[in-house]
Amino acid sequence: MKNSIAERVCDFLKIYPPFDLIKFKKLLEIAEEVVIVYLEKGDTLFKADQPANEYFYIVRAGAISLFHTENDTQELVTINDTGDIFGVRPLIARENYKLTATANEETIIYALPIKNFQSATENNAKVYKYLITAFATNAYDSYTTEENNAIFKDYLPNTSQDIVNFQTANYTKTPITCAKTSTLQEAASLMCTHKIGCIIVVDNKKPVGIITNSDIKNKIATGKFPITTAVTNIMSSPVITAKKDLTVADGQLKMIKNSIGHLCITKDGTVNSRLIGVLTHHDVLVTLGNTPSVILKEIKRANRTKKLRIARLKANTLLKSYLEQNIPLTHIINVISEINDAVTIRAIEIALKKMPTEPPVAFSWLALGSQGRREQLLFTDQDNALVFEDVPEDKYEETQAYFLQLAKYVTKSLNKIGFEYCEADMMAVNPEWCKSISKWKTQFQNWILSPDDKAILLSSIFFDYSGVYGNEKLVDTLSESIFEALGGSSLFYKFLGSEAIKSPTPLGIFKQFLVEQNGEQKDLFNIKSRGLMPLIDAARLLVLSNQIKNVNNTYERYEKMAEIDPNNKELYESCAYAFKALSKFKTKQGLLHNNSGKFIKLETLTKEEKLKLKRCFKPIHDIQETLKLRFDLKNFI
Amino acid sequence: MEFNWFKKKQDNYPEFYLAYLERFKKKAKGLIEDTRFVAFDTETTGFDKKEDRVLSIGAVSIVHKTIPVSNSFELYIHQDIFKSETVKIHGLMKNGDYEKVTELEAIKAFLEYIQNSVLVAHHAGFDKNMMNEMMLRNGLGKLKNKFIDTGVLFKKSKHKIYQDTLQKHYSLDDLCKELNVPKVDRHTASGDALITAMIFLKILSRLDKRKHLKWGYLLHG
Repeated sequence: MKNSIAERVCDFLKIYPPFDLIKFKKLLEIAEEVVIVYLEKGDTLFKADQPANEYFYIVRAGAISLFHTENDTQELVTINDTGDIFGVRPLIARENYKLTATANEETIIYALPIKNFQSATENNAKVYKYLITAFATNAYDSYTTEENNAIFKDYLPNTSQDIVNFQTANYTKTPITCAKTSTLQEAASLMCTHKIGCIIVVDNKKPVGIITNSDIKNKIATGKFPITTAVTNIMSSPVITAKKDLTVADGQLKMIKNSIGHLCITKDGTVNSRLIGVLTHHDVLVTLGNTPSVILKEIKRANRTKKLRIARLKANTLLKSYLEQNIPLTHIINVISEINDAVTIRAIEIALKKMPTEPPVAFSWLALGSQGRREQLLFTDQDNALVFEDVPEDKYEETQAYFLQLAKYVTKSLNKIGFEYCEADMMAVNPEWCKSISKWKTQFQNWILSPDDKAILLSSIFFDYSGVYGNEKLVDTLSESIFEALGGSSLFYKFLGSEAIKSPTPLGIFKQFLVEQNGEQKDLFNIKSRGLMPLIDAARLLVLSNQIKNVNNTYERYEKMAEIDPNNKELYESCAYAFKALSKFKTKQGLLHNNSGKFIKLETLTKEEKLKLKRCFKPIHDIQETLKLRFDLKNFI
Repeated sequence: MEFNWFKKKQDNYPEFYLAYLERFKKKAKGLIEDTRFVAFDTETTGFDKKEDRVLSIGAVSIVHKTIPVSNSFELYIHQDIFKSETVKIHGLMKNGDYEKVTELEAIKAFLEYIQNSVLVAHHAGFDKNMMNEMMLRNGLGKLKNKFIDTGVLFKKSKHKIYQDTLQKHYSLDDLCKELNVPKVDRHTASGDALITAMIFLKILSRLDKRKHLKWGYLLHG
């Protein structure tokens, strides 16, 4: 019998993880056995310590609060909204509920039968991984609440942890220990020397207890014990142990179940054998490595290019999962830009250490092009430049030589990290792009006052610079002098304008996509030159001609324009939208094919995607028409 | 002896209808919480109970404030009468791509599904009439189930002081708006049945637990 209701349940489920990872036919099998549950405000679905139900749940409408009860006090752990899953404990561990689920308001939930779900998702590792994450997030975990509320935030809805969850956990193999007979003061001194947050108390090499920062805070600082007390009075005991071939997922689960942040790894996995290592919650997170804060920390701690490369690669995994989860592109761009800048900064810091002396004068490292606009998502070519303070004429050559050497180190390590050398050699290692502030000013003035095609091509990259490292004042001075020069040059705007309208609307007369006619990319659609560049060029021209400073990001430029020119608000907003949508397309394609995503194979797009792509082209056409009028470009070309 | 006239007629009834009637012999009005309700809806060729025909029946069951999807009901009936003007409402075409059954098969399946549950429908009178006509046409008696009309129940659920602000009629769409029920699959029998069930549950929760959550109130009022 046809079951339309099951199909509608499916329609709802399939937009939320992990159900978006399940094929529709399989999902329908689950949906057919779903029970729709109606809860009035205050109704309890399950209680802590109750045996597990045959179902786990997803909120259809309303909200469910999860409470942890201890000593008769209820503590709210989380509130689940539409699309959130909860009550997954029975899927993972056959044990009683630990939390109480109560309707926060009038709520409708779908109860999903565990048995059917399991048989439909057999061998689907991604689904299982998502559930572990969801479980970890909802589980009451004193470590997380006490130490870091934000730990799971970024990592929560992750569906593509790749295989990392099932990797063997990378634990600390040289744990710091102290003997059972030590005093707390001795233990604390050891922790200080080694800059660590916990120490294992051992007896004949076997772990008998653990002391963490919070133990010291709670038991010593409060005056309960003197600092001369024996470690055995302070330590938490017994310790939770595990074997060394523990997977990340298991390690995490064990920590969550026991509400602890450290696992002792012993030879045979019990407390009765030799301690060989410690796995901390931080180790787990570093291995999972896909929260921006962990990646940033890793970048800041990296002392070699190789480590920077590893950290930057993790950002790509993060990027992928963000895109899968439909996280707003502006947020993704912010996070990735932050990471790219951090990588560059760290690469410069490492390079500076290699230099025989300190820099002779102040300098600033400029990111150009997409990194300068802070909208670089994938690895692209590196475009950069260097500006240094003015020096006396006779010192110039020497000073430039110093910075060229520095740039050589930096660009080399950026290349190792994954940013290709710029084909056009627009890098700080080129003497043309490594100059003193006065020489830069002259250079920009020449471009602006006597523009030619080459100057336009170059300045279209150079006008989107932003300072990444070093003296900010140099960058500001440079910007000011540029705007000053721009004031009197309508010719320059015309040049920029003609550049912006150079590539015509991407659709032919029959509304078909204009694809590349020849070469290696024949029949592919160039989303960068036909879609993104016209928008980027137009945005640059608009902000420069309106003397808007310090807005580099293309969509922010359009948003700014919408603000100051409300008559055309709609157009600017649709341009901002189109830019974001096209960037997302390019990034997804890039991840799919492991390249920059510039060229799109049209046949790999679904009909819906093609439509969406086409919708983005209208604002391109409209903004080009606007530019033609505003800068009087018709007869210029 | 008292139902002698009735018994005679029963001889012609098919087995399934007799089995259906059998379920009403025991007086079974238990606790409201434990009762099985069936919310249903019909899509028809029009509004004339004699002339028009039922094209599809959709239903869901409700026990303990839950609706098991596996226990939902959805049938399409083969009819010779066809009116193009209502197609735009329910979308059921004459030669639509659905597996269709005869009226008698549909009644049999429906009665087996509803048993002696309390039936819930929006503007229940209409659906009840359409079903009863269809049953009479096929040589059977009428539906014996208790009926709850969500349109009527909604009005009753409002406090006396709001009574004069009430509309005369509340369409299913009106109630969706009033009670914040998402309109999914509106104008299909199954979709409307599920919406009706949601509306019913929401009205129940708004009733005064001690005073009104009683059979007398729900059924008559």
